[in-house]
Amino acid sequence: MSVEIYTPRAFHRQAHDALGNPQIRSNFRRAMDGLMTKRRDVFSDWDLETLRDLGANIRLRALAKLPDLLEQLETNCEANGIRVHWAEDGEEACRIVRELCESHGAKAVIKGKSMVSEEMHLNAHLEEAGIEALESDLGEYLVQLNDQTPSHIIMPAIHLNTDEISDIMHEKTGIERTRDVDTMTAAARTQLRERFMNADVGVSGVNFAVAETGTLCLVENEGNGRMTTTVPPVHIAVTGIEKVVEHLRDVPPLYALLTRSATGQHVTTYFNMISSPRKPGEHDGPKEVHLVLVDNGRSNIYQDNELLDTLRCIRCGACMNHCPVYTRVGGHSYGTTYPGPIGSILMPHMLGLEETKDLPTASSLCGACGEVCPVKIPIPDLLVRLRREAVGEGRGNVPGAGVKRTKKEAAAWKSWQWLATHPSAWRTSLLMAGKLRGLTPTRFGPWTQYRTALKPAKQSLHALVKSHRRDRDGEDNS
Amino acid sequence: MTPVKLYPPKPEKVYFFGTCLVDAFYPEAGLDGIRLLEREGIEVLFPEDQTCCGQPAYTSGYQSEARAVAAAQLRLFPDPWPIIVPSGSCGGMMRTHYPQLFAGSDQEAQASEVAGRIYELTEFLLHVCQLKLEDRGQPEKVVMHTSCSARREMGLGETGPMLLARMGQVELVGQARAAECCGFGGTFAVRHPEVSAAMVEDKTQAIEGTGVRHFVTSDCGCLMNINGRFEHQKKSIQGEHIASYLWRRTS
Repeated sequence: MSVEIYTPRAFHRQAHDALGNPQIRSNFRRAMDGLMTKRRDVFSDWDLETLRDLGANIRLRALAKLPDLLEQLETNCEANGIRVHWAEDGEEACRIVRELCESHGAKAVIKGKSMVSEEMHLNAHLEEAGIEALESDLGEYLVQLNDQTPSHIIMPAIHLNTDEISDIMHEKTGIERTRDVDTMTAAARTQLRERFMNADVGVSGVNFAVAETGTLCLVENEGNGRMTTTVPPVHIAVTGIEKVVEHLRDVPPLYALLTRSATGQHVTTYFNMISSPRKPGEHDGPKEVHLVLVDNGRSNIYQDNELLDTLRCIRCGACMNHCPVYTRVGGHSYGTTYPGPIGSILMPHMLGLEETKDLPTASSLCGACGEVCPVKIPIPDLLVRLRREAVGEGRGNVPGAGVKRTKKEAAAWKSWQWLATHPSAWRTSLLMAGKLRGLTPTRFGPWTQYRTALKPAKQSLHALVKSHRRDRDGEDNS
Repeated sequence: MTPVKLYPPKPEKVYFFGTCLVDAFYPEAGLDGIRLLEREGIEVLFPEDQTCCGQPAYTSGYQSEARAVAAAQLRLFPDPWPIIVPSGSCGGMMRTHYPQLFAGSDQEAQASEVAGRIYELTEFLLHVCQLKLEDRGQPEKVVMHTSCSARREMGLGETGPMLLARMGQVELVGQARAAECCGFGGTFAVRHPEVSAAMVEDKTQAIEGTGVRHFVTSDCGCLMNINGRFEHQKKSIQGEHIASYLWRRTS
């Protein structure tokens, strides 16, 4: 399998390739259909709207108090013995992690699943410094073996089917070729087990950071998260600053929403609550625990009272599972760490609109994402907001604002505005269009590549209503 | 819990906002909507200066252009009659986004007032007119595609099917992934033509897969997209606006 570098700039080409790849199409369609069904079934006996309201309110409250909660989190973590570090961007976060590794002479890092570490490009950074970083989440492991990036935030290898995974396991790890999923899983487990034991540092993400107790919550299914955070002598957790919640009691509703929305599970196999390093007299657990709080554009989002809603996200992936665009083009087409609807409203802040200008428009605004979002992020509204920013009609506070504005398009909308605000000209143009309908081009840009062109009606509704009135009034008078 | 919307009693008059797509391409659908309302004894006012709700510019990010066009429509409904729109997409724009569009401006109150009077046609026929339908057509099976805006933005996933259920001779047949977008999305179909094409291809297959040769929708954007795809494939399956379907079979 060839290694391909995906970028958001090349969305159109990447989407074109994915659409023409029957394997990708069927892998995603099947997987997303399954995930949608599972989610629907698992919520069937819940009052979902009430739970979503609760989830949204918990996240809104946390965001409203974010600066205070972050300080509280830092104080309580430090009191528990967890060292807290602040990183303004991905680069600084990488440097912090690398320096921590270097201070322990670490050569081997084992990683639990962390999208923030993907966002930081941590693995590449560590490798440059001669430190090997190995992914231990099965999907991430496969993706890493295949020199790829995750195509989904919860299921990183969802773009691969059993045959492809079989090839990867055979070619990259030397096991005998098999299609048996259990055999392959067992092989990966054996391969990883040894690496856990020999790792100098474990790096994980965080799902919820509880301010009032200084507790880091980690949601996972494979036990690799627990191994990563308990076996190596040093544990470094990396997370975005928005992951903080106020109270411990805020966690159960969010956890209930997260697992059900993501994979349709009532609970995950593992739920880890990390509250300190190994204490005197304890026999296991890391000797040091560090928390790296990463900003990377988030505080810029935070300053805008509308865009702020982006930060409610609990990273369940339901928006991509239900997105008709994601389902067809797959995660890699987006060329960003976070694909799908959440990526299209988040990545422009991280990479700028120049890089990502095609992402906010890569949605039919069907609203499926907003409908399923467990914390009720108004994703379609935020997509429209970013479209405004891209053409320079927003508040101008998103990096690259205005980059998509072209004189041609702006002029076209101005002409449209003129016509739609001059009713008699509007009616005349419909009259002309009706008369000249025989001249309607049969090719009309991309529309007619897949559909026939529609001819204007002989008579507009304006005209029909007029004659309808005449007929009716005629009847009334007779 | 989904908020319960309280519907007013049947009014003496209503305004009809035809939408630009209906005006230019599907005028019969608009007229059939008007006929259905008139048959219920309602006088239908059709403000002659109506053009477009402004949505194409709005979803393209051209906010000031959208606002200018929307402002021109706000003036067209001076009396407190309900405003009926034969489209969930334009109806959703006017009900949901007009207040946002004019937030903080002089027209904010007017925009909210107008927004509060917007009804999608099938919603109004069902919930306000309590429409009774005497089906005079032959027994027939039909498929319905409800637009995403009607379903999600306006919360009207069921009004179309419920009207069809009142037709004695019509059997509504379900399709695979009925709630999935047809891929129109306004300018989306032009900005991302290949993705849009993949979506409408799946939608036409789902409709065709039912074995039914006729489908209805309450949105002309979806209709243009799905019919355009069927025609391009030289398939004989044809769709029409639900207003035309109801009028044709009951008049």
